[in-house]
Amino acid sequence: MSNKLHINRDHLLEQLKQMVRIRRFEEKCAELYSQQKIRGFLHLYIGEEAVAVGAMAALDEDDQVVATYREHGHALARGLAMGPVMAEMYGKTNGCSRGRGGSMHLFDNARHFYGGNAIVGGGLPLATGLAMANKQQQQSSIAVCFFGEGAVAEGEFHESLNLAALWQLPVLYICENNRYAMGTALQYSESEMNIAKKAASYGLQVAQVDGMNVVDVEAAVRKAVDAVRDNQQPYLLECLTYRFRGHSSFDGQLYRDKAEVSEWEKKGPVKRLVRWLTEYNHFETEEMDQIERQVEAEIAAAVAFAEAGEWEAVEDLCKDVYSPTPSGDAV
Amino acid sequence: MTYREALSAGIEAALNADPRTFLMGEDVGRYGGCYAVSKGLLDKYGETRIIDTPLCESGFVGVGIGAALGGMRPIVEIMTVNFSLLAMDQIVNTAATLRHMSGGQFNVPVVFRMACGAGKQLAAQHSHSWENLYAHIPGLKVISPGTHTDARFMLAQALADPDPVIIFEHVMLLNESGEVAGQAEAPMEKALVRRQGQDVSLIAYGGNLHKAQAAAGQLAAEGISAEVVDLRCLRPLDKATLLASVAKTHRAVIIDEGWHSGSLAGEISAIIMEEGFWYLDAPVKRVCSAEVPIPYPAHLEQAAIPQVETIVAMAKAVMEGR
Repeated sequence: MSNKLHINRDHLLEQLKQMVRIRRFEEKCAELYSQQKIRGFLHLYIGEEAVAVGAMAALDEDDQVVATYREHGHALARGLAMGPVMAEMYGKTNGCSRGRGGSMHLFDNARHFYGGNAIVGGGLPLATGLAMANKQQQQSSIAVCFFGEGAVAEGEFHESLNLAALWQLPVLYICENNRYAMGTALQYSESEMNIAKKAASYGLQVAQVDGMNVVDVEAAVRKAVDAVRDNQQPYLLECLTYRFRGHSSFDGQLYRDKAEVSEWEKKGPVKRLVRWLTEYNHFETEEMDQIERQVEAEIAAAVAFAEAGEWEAVEDLCKDVYSPTPSGDAV
Repeated sequence: MTYREALSAGIEAALNADPRTFLMGEDVGRYGGCYAVSKGLLDKYGETRIIDTPLCESGFVGVGIGAALGGMRPIVEIMTVNFSLLAMDQIVNTAATLRHMSGGQFNVPVVFRMACGAGKQLAAQHSHSWENLYAHIPGLKVISPGTHTDARFMLAQALADPDPVIIFEHVMLLNESGEVAGQAEAPMEKALVRRQGQDVSLIAYGGNLHKAQAAAGQLAAEGISAEVVDLRCLRPLDKATLLASVAKTHRAVIIDEGWHSGSLAGEISAIIMEEGFWYLDAPVKRVCSAEVPIPYPAHLEQAAIPQVETIVAMAKAVMEGR
């Protein structure tokens, strides 16, 4: 194994900070949404932060990441600066997608972040194709695809896993099983509720992990990444997690008990890591306060960055539908 | 050579020109292509360049898009346009949108080839012309080679394009023999006047181009000088060329195998009305398919789709101002 997890205090504090960044960023987004600064759909990742933070820590800079419409956490954990992400929420030209995508379509070429796909399951073939390109070009980078358990019901899930296993492509599928596809619980949508088992039937290597524990997620992803990179084969990791908020900003959550949510909130990834640090590493309130202050300042700067951003000129409405390079260079 | 051989020569030239190019699709390798276009290529280029896929249009089309994003230059063959509907999400929601939604950060240099059209008694699920669906989508380019030279060279032009391009190849052309020029006749986005005329413009593309030309021949014998415009590219449309032709002839008949309602011919008719109304001496006419899923029996199939006689009759009608 080339990619072993080294747990030390500094690393855990960094992971904690990353999770707090995502948590506070999204809380701010919810507030800005109610002020109508952010519009459209807003899908919050609150409760699931350990998956993105744990996973991204295990990836190389050149690895490609394909995400879903609930991707604020993936984007921030992948290293997209908070300012451009916030500006994208606003729809301003200094946003990471020039304001064209909004919350569901965060992109960043420099960080190999391929969105931000709002079609459930739509990213699975894309990541599989990126993996194919890596293999054909003998690059060591791997493609990593995040998706929810709802995507497992889509044909793309089955088609992609079959192709990846058939052609032995270096792709890591990370299923964020938060138990609800919008308002439909897994038991109402899947005949076989164990998603890892489903993937194993296609011949993929699989594992399940507690998605509320950032250390466990990172360890599992490091192991998976090694298997994918070293053996050039696909792998599916199922992260068992939970979202504390509704599916989107319009969700009244009539499909689940408040008691269930509060039960899961006790297992929250931030709380959990804080508890662990306090128990074993002499973690002080002061350190948490410091993280909160840093994050608060970062968010304030990001909001200011977004507020200061410009609206796209209407004359540029149809820009970037096609590439500027003229076609027609005949062979 | 045949149109099929011209397509094959185009694929081979593309594979030779760029090591990043590969052909992927159902039965393209061991079977030799369902229309025998890629016959022999597997032996020559091997399994990494000629890739047989399972029957999963959405999956392998999406993989082609991802591979293009990852730096390859894939040619993805979909057996017929009818099956492409299973992959329409990937083509429309992903390939066509990524550049715009990413603020210009990612482009998708993928080429999709698909057979289209009726005439082989394959019934409704194998005979439709969905070009108009794709020509409707911003972010895609849609081309249709109606000549052997275009069949040979348009693929290279499509591969040189940084954006997703769909090539429609009409099944009735495959066995036709014709001449292939030494190089491409024009950039792929340019419409070409295939026959000069003074009295009426016959505007066609792909599989119906030769029907328009045959109609022009018959009309000439009756003293009507028809000009034949080959659209070649259905998105973007070369408005300048088709409007210049209408400005010259003052009359237009559009031939399109799509259904009459909502057809590409309807769009072209609207363009002529909006931008060339004052050139016109007669209402624009359309020769399209009847409003029916294409039937299996030969006589009904032929009755459903554009025919030379219909084009001739329609041209005569516009000459009389009807």
